[in-house]
Amino acid sequence: MSPSDRQLERERYRRLRARRRGAVAVVSTLVVLGGAAIVITQSPGWPRVQQTYFDPAAARDIFPEVAKAFWLNIRLFLVAEVFILVVAVTVAIIRVVPAPALAPIKLLATVYTDVFRGTPTILVVFLVGFGVPALDLAGMPTSLFWLGVIALTLSYGAYVAEVLRAGILSIHPTQWASGRAVGLSYGQTMRSVVLPQAVRRVAPPLLNDFVSLQKDTALLSTIGLVEALRVAQIDSGRTFAFTGYVVAAAFFIVATIPLARFTDYLTVRSLRRENGLVT
Amino acid sequence: MLRADAVRKSFGANEVLKGISLEIAAGEVVCLIGASGSGKSTFLRCLNLLEQVDDGDIWLDDREITDPRADADAVRREIGIVFQAYNLFPHLSVEQNIMLGPVKAGGQTRDAARGLAHELLGRIGLAEKAGAYPDALSGGQQQRVALVRAIAMQPRILLLDEITSALDPMLVGEVLDVIRDLRRDGMTIVMATHEMSFAQEVADRIVFMADGLVEESGPPEQLFTAPRSPRTAEFLARHRT
Repeated sequence: MSPSDRQLERERYRRLRARRRGAVAVVSTLVVLGGAAIVITQSPGWPRVQQTYFDPAAARDIFPEVAKAFWLNIRLFLVAEVFILVVAVTVAIIRVVPAPALAPIKLLATVYTDVFRGTPTILVVFLVGFGVPALDLAGMPTSLFWLGVIALTLSYGAYVAEVLRAGILSIHPTQWASGRAVGLSYGQTMRSVVLPQAVRRVAPPLLNDFVSLQKDTALLSTIGLVEALRVAQIDSGRTFAFTGYVVAAAFFIVATIPLARFTDYLTVRSLRRENGLVT
Repeated sequence: MLRADAVRKSFGANEVLKGISLEIAAGEVVCLIGASGSGKSTFLRCLNLLEQVDDGDIWLDDREITDPRADADAVRREIGIVFQAYNLFPHLSVEQNIMLGPVKAGGQTRDAARGLAHELLGRIGLAEKAGAYPDALSGGQQQRVALVRAIAMQPRILLLDEITSALDPMLVGEVLDVIRDLRRDGMTIVMATHEMSFAQEVADRIVFMADGLVEESGPPEQLFTAPRSPRTAEFLARHRT
């Protein structure tokens, strides 16, 4: 059956309203961004800023070197990420399990999160990067790469554990009851029922931490790893300009975008599956 | 007072409402009956503008509320709805659940809204639960609070979407009592229900829905005892105990 005239009129109106809203969005964006661009490029110091920060020729020169160094950031991130997830899940579960026998371990886990969440990451990097080799212990890694991974894991493990713990605690007790009711053990309920829901619920803050981790791989330049920021620093020391930093920044930004889109995709997919909502 | 005219609604390829028309007079209690999937809930959600109709009009007095220019928030302040699953706000106490609408959307002072909440809770025998949180209440208590939360906005029409279907049979009675009281106070009510004997008792009119259309409608004494449509008769035979 074809729609009534009244319905056609409604749809016309809704289309018109959608177009009008779209137009307002475009105009306001142009005004704000265009205005900002004009103010910045017309400012008296702009030519110098452009030369120092946004010199295309310098950017082209430094690009391959930064790109090569950035590969180190990626590897650091990927390896640390795996360890962080293992540490975080373990710590989060230890902290929520209601087992009196685990009391000393639970205390340890609490102290761990308190200490490492409270310590600036750069200090953890210093302590691990310079302190651990100074111990001169047999079996301790001396490679800067692994020391860097350990430092980041210690620091981020604490953050991510707290995010996961919040997620686990936010799952309604009826989910525990249902899991136990179909015959699952505590551990099986945690693994198959609660954790999957908890991770979905905290996906956005988890992503925040992972993006933050990608950026904080740059902190490892301070213990002598020649990653993207370090390369930019060295270049800056030679050219007395900062374009290298901007190039490095661009790499960090671009690297976080796929992760953000992937999380969006996962979120929308689970919404669609579970609520029949389509956004 | 409320009039639906040839309302259509599809979800994807599934056409749930196929041009349903119904008029509800002020003070009338109308019960929608019909099998699950016959469109009762969807129809109620359309009346309250929780769903956008695909075609047809809904009029509240002389306002066409399906017009995209209509103020949906204002319409919903006049048409209350209570859901099957209670849908109380779990992070608010019973009292706060009831006060939220009157304070934020109704512009009442907190004190006035609190007074109203306590008065309404007293009427349903839950005065002592004002400070409790929804999870601490039984299903019947939660649903009564949900009813009061809708009434606190002083709507002109109340839509009830199978509000006893999720309840233990022991708890259904206490919820139905609240509806009886509302009816006595002259509230206009449209309710989807599977409680045939209750529908027979309180309804001024029964509407039997099948396949997204009104199959038959009439006063309960006629519809329940002498249905005109064979489909109605068949449905009633299956649901009469």
